[in-house]
Amino acid sequence: MIKADRVVTSTCPYCGVGCNLQLHVKDDYIFKVTSPFDSPVNHGNLCVKGRFGYDYVYHPRRVTTPLVRRYLLEGKPKPEGREQVFAVSTDGKPISNSLISNLWDWLETDWNTALNIVADNLIRIYKRDGSDAMAAYACAKATNEDNYLLQKMYRAIFRTNNVDHCTRLCHAGSVVALQQATGSSAMSNTASQVIQNDVFIVTGSNTGENHPIIALQMKDAVRQYGAKMIVIDPRRIDLVDFAEMWLPLKPGTNVSVFSAMAHVIVKEGLVNHDFIEKRTEGFNDFIESLDKFTPEYAEEISGVPAEDIRKAARMYANAKKAAIYWGMGISQLSHGTASALALINLAFLTGHIGREGTGLNPLRGQNNVQGASDMGCMPFHYPGYMRVDNDDNAAKWEKTWNIEPGGLSRKLGLTTTEILSHAREGGIRALYIMGENPMMSEPNLNETRKHMQQLEFLVAQDIFMNESGAFADVFLPATPFAEKDGTFSNTDRRVQRVRAAHAPRGQSRVDWQIICDLALRLESKLGADSAKWDYSNPEEILREMGNVNSDYAGITYDRIDKVGLIYPVPDMTHPGTPTLFKESFPRGRGKFHALDYVPVMEEPSDEYPFILTTGRVLEHWHGGTMTRNSALNEAYPEARVEMHPADAEIHGIRNGDPVKVQSRRGEVILRVTVTEKTSVGVVFIPFHFAEAAANLLTNDALDPQAKIPEFKACAVQVFPAREDELLNPDAVLNRGRY
Amino acid sequence: MAITFLMDGKEVTAEENKTLLDIARENGVDIPTICFHEATTANALCRICVVEVEGQRVLQPACIVKAGAGMKVQTRSEKVIRARRTILEMLDSTMDLSETPEIQNMMKDYNADPNRFPDAERRESDVKDDNPMYVRDYSKCLLCWRCVQVCAEDAQYTFAINFDGRGFETQIGTFFGKSIPETSCVLCGQCVAVCPTGALKPKREFLLEQGMSPQEISVLNTGRKQKSKVKGRDDFRPLTGLEER
Repeated sequence: MIKADRVVTSTCPYCGVGCNLQLHVKDDYIFKVTSPFDSPVNHGNLCVKGRFGYDYVYHPRRVTTPLVRRYLLEGKPKPEGREQVFAVSTDGKPISNSLISNLWDWLETDWNTALNIVADNLIRIYKRDGSDAMAAYACAKATNEDNYLLQKMYRAIFRTNNVDHCTRLCHAGSVVALQQATGSSAMSNTASQVIQNDVFIVTGSNTGENHPIIALQMKDAVRQYGAKMIVIDPRRIDLVDFAEMWLPLKPGTNVSVFSAMAHVIVKEGLVNHDFIEKRTEGFNDFIESLDKFTPEYAEEISGVPAEDIRKAARMYANAKKAAIYWGMGISQLSHGTASALALINLAFLTGHIGREGTGLNPLRGQNNVQGASDMGCMPFHYPGYMRVDNDDNAAKWEKTWNIEPGGLSRKLGLTTTEILSHAREGGIRALYIMGENPMMSEPNLNETRKHMQQLEFLVAQDIFMNESGAFADVFLPATPFAEKDGTFSNTDRRVQRVRAAHAPRGQSRVDWQIICDLALRLESKLGADSAKWDYSNPEEILREMGNVNSDYAGITYDRIDKVGLIYPVPDMTHPGTPTLFKESFPRGRGKFHALDYVPVMEEPSDEYPFILTTGRVLEHWHGGTMTRNSALNEAYPEARVEMHPADAEIHGIRNGDPVKVQSRRGEVILRVTVTEKTSVGVVFIPFHFAEAAANLLTNDALDPQAKIPEFKACAVQVFPAREDELLNPDAVLNRGRY
Repeated sequence: MAITFLMDGKEVTAEENKTLLDIARENGVDIPTICFHEATTANALCRICVVEVEGQRVLQPACIVKAGAGMKVQTRSEKVIRARRTILEMLDSTMDLSETPEIQNMMKDYNADPNRFPDAERRESDVKDDNPMYVRDYSKCLLCWRCVQVCAEDAQYTFAINFDGRGFETQIGTFFGKSIPETSCVLCGQCVAVCPTGALKPKREFLLEQGMSPQEISVLNTGRKQKSKVKGRDDFRPLTGLEER
């Protein structure tokens, strides 16, 4: 038996559920993770990632020394092109068997050299091209404190709002829709309220794999509390086994199904007139727009039987307490905003919002995507969703950051997807990436790579040399959750503590300290007044933010020491706000939106007859920076494309065969899993695997309002391939559950 | 509604529908437990929590028996102590209690004799190391059933494991004796979290015990070296994230 030197309480670094962890540490090594059975979020339950997926912290591939390219260290002119290099020269000699220019070699250096190189180059570009040439990607894996400082550095020093993060790629559609309809942009209720639902809809979310602990609560709601679950999803996800109804719609046809449900609710007189009258506006225009959305019309578009749509609509409308939980299947479309608005309309029609056990609940993906958004890592908003084009808002931050009145930029910044597509002469010239991996997570990666190569200067602050960091000029080794203190805000809006289990490995440093060190160098080289970077601990950072952002005004580390607080927490005695919109919506009345059905940008054709939809699997996380450097990779070692048995038979494809999947933008080779989990005509690829990156295929068409790409539907063809064409033929998935 | 009854001769008042164990704990009366866990459904399998209830023919498991008005309960009568001692002696003679200090302490408390059953056959089993996340050593398993329950409706709704075999041969197993990865197991490790005896253990803790260093353990899953196909391909460069550096 191993006796722990200490047990450190922290918060899981994977998904938005925010499970409470206890890290058991021996000789500065986490050998076991447990969770307290009385934890408010997860009641002691964890998934495979939370309980076992922390070993990447100790992986030998982790970068723990600052790295710069040879051309920078030796003061040579920057060579042509931009090479993606993963290997590091530890002795200053060329990397053996290297086929690439020596000037792009990665060399180890010290922090002083690396940060001065970063500061000098950022300032050179800023002085030459101005604010519009500068941009940063914040990190939904990092803490609130890290993220607050990154946007502060870019806004206060470079005077630009070009700061965004992966919320743009996951729930931007939901955020914009909720802002338009309610004035807020988070889950209205907590996930644990699901057991209070009589009926709940899960749509566009593979909750069992992507929010496993919320899925357990959903299963409890059905099996122990008598709730009825309606799953509306193209895939036969594991929740379907627990559902009262499953509506398998074609990817990207959400608006037709939800609007047809609204049509039925209106037609059959199931609307909540009282709620509509007291709490909403735009009802009459909305009703008119519903005329054409008969269930039969929706059946034609979506493939869901009209009778099932009627039945689902009645169940939802007739329930005393009903809620909707949704994921990327709603938002990752070129009409993602409309898709989320269609759900919001349903809640307004029936009044299933503003009470416990009801609600509109977009399940947030990353552990701290809610927090990174709250911290203002978005191009239109300061912390607290304060618009940047509003003088009063800007003045508050100018005061906080010691900036002359009118000094902060009032111009809306560029979004994640726009930042890279604007990388060119006269556009974005310098990009600072904190912990993101756009070379895996952006759509149409062949195009993304070209954009990356257009950048003049790229800084990566990360823990591994991932596909994006390998393009950088300077690599700053940061620390994972296990080595830093701070806070994460989960999908329930619960702000929870993160605590260091041990010191950073090697020379790596915690993110907020890297940013402060760099910011001070930038200010001194620019001769600028200081916006204040001399924090002695992360709590001071959170307090600085909370003094202006009223949602966080009453949050101190002391108050969230044990169980966290659910914001809004407007003052030091406020107990937190688990349920939003009880009295009113932040915008006053909830706004109905009349919608039209718009098909996805790329529909199947003779040449590309399948719809590809992408997503995740239980064992992996996004671009794989963490999980592919973990034992999790042994549990799920290879990319697979899921295909329905009927399609497989027509194409003569057997389970396990290698195939080539091709879209108009790229191709990947991987093995097939023949399964009824996917529907006829739809294939599914998880996007974690660099060797068969699903995002080589996906469509970079954007939602016009939210700028979110259409990850959930594009047209592909599938061809048989040979075993020797597989890039990783030795890795074979052999799991009973897949 | 509140009820009143006698526990060890003292009058106790408690809410209706509570178990004797809950009420005992509220009143500071110590009743030992082994298979009971606050996060799982109690099944009274191990019987260490038995108490004597006047008028009942046999001893009653306190973890599931609800208190009733007027009950007369003895939590540490001679009969109770003898039963607990025998249970401990039977456990000790058939399984490996080396990682269960709580039960070893109970042995001392109850004056249990480790050699009470010298001819007993021990339930022995090889360590099953068939998945990347945890190992299973059923020599240490006392069949408390918690792992089965959390895999089922007490937590995970996964149903990967159950009792296997009958009588002395009973063991926790997978359906058709498949390896863990081949079952419906989601590798959540909830079974490991509720295991009271160290029969289930995280793989990394197990390797550390085997004398491996954190460095050596980390290298175990560096991933296979990838076949490089990068050259001559003007498409996106794949794989590279998995290359050794």
